Amino acid sequence: MWNTDLIGKSYPPFTAEVEKGRIAFFARAIGEDAEIYFDEAAAKQAGYRSIPAPLTFPYSIAMDARQSFLPLDDMAIDITRCVHGEQAFAYHGDICAGDIITGVQTITDMYEKKGGALKFIVTEIQLRNQDDVHVCDLRTVVVVRGG
Amino acid sequence: MSVICVQWSWCVAGDRRIGKLREKTAMIEFDRISEGDSLSEVVKGPVDRVQLALFAGASGDHNPIHLDDEQAAAAGLPGIIVHDMLNMAFLGQLLSQWAGPARVRNFSNRFGAMAFPGDIITCRGLVTGKREEGSERLIDLEIEAINQNGETLLSGKASVAAN
Repeated sequence: MWNTDLIGKSYPPFTAEVEKGRIAFFARAIGEDAEIYFDEAAAKQAGYRSIPAPLTFPYSIAMDARQSFLPLDDMAIDITRCVHGEQAFAYHGDICAGDIITGVQTITDMYEKKGGALKFIVTEIQLRNQDDVHVCDLRTVVVVRGG
Repeated sequence: MSVICVQWSWCVAGDRRIGKLREKTAMIEFDRISEGDSLSEVVKGPVDRVQLALFAGASGDHNPIHLDDEQAAAAGLPGIIVHDMLNMAFLGQLLSQWAGPARVRNFSNRFGAMAFPGDIITCRGLVTGKREEGSERLIDLEIEAINQNGETLLSGKASVAAN
């Protein structure tokens, strides 16, 4: 059930390795054709440490760790009632193949509109790499329809 | 060759020769960019079911409303819909094809109309400002993705570091 006491809750950290093959698969799936996503030598030649993550790839790092489901599970909200309202990324450093990324998700806000017909869950995820460099922040707004 | 590519949505993506090298050191010349300048459009699609299946696997979003018409109908949709984050990935390419992925500092959008298989998605960007923040010179952009009927799928903002 809807529970605004969850504002401020952080979930246990999750960790994932960024894999070359996964980036290539992701790039192919989105119709991206730049060599830097497929060929490490080309990526290095272009100035990257290794194959760089496409801009929205950090969302998949969090998705693999089921982060978007955790607040819904806490409140027994059916995912089919949910719509992705907003998504934001702030990039502080690059994420490349071979990096080990650790993330922590926090529920930062919850509010209602239209007399509770629409409910909003705002979560933020901070990502750090293996050197404890803060590389990316994700902010997600999920809209829940109906009581 | 182009006929074969029509049948295999990943074929064009797999042909690396047509891609530009997105240099980390790409020159985005602050002084030569003005408010009101627009980025080269990126046109994607028509999005087909194979691409949605590939994106489900590649992104980790296995929600059946993107894959299975029956389950999409049960959720009150007219049929399967395109992943929001695939549309956002298209919009991301507008930025990365211009500046490379390493120069983007902020990238955000709201999700609007749903996209469906067969849709052609056009991504556009407009320079709305230039500013200095810390040691960096940033270009601010308004960005959007629209479908073939001119409906807004995504609208948002981005900031890109310039030279």
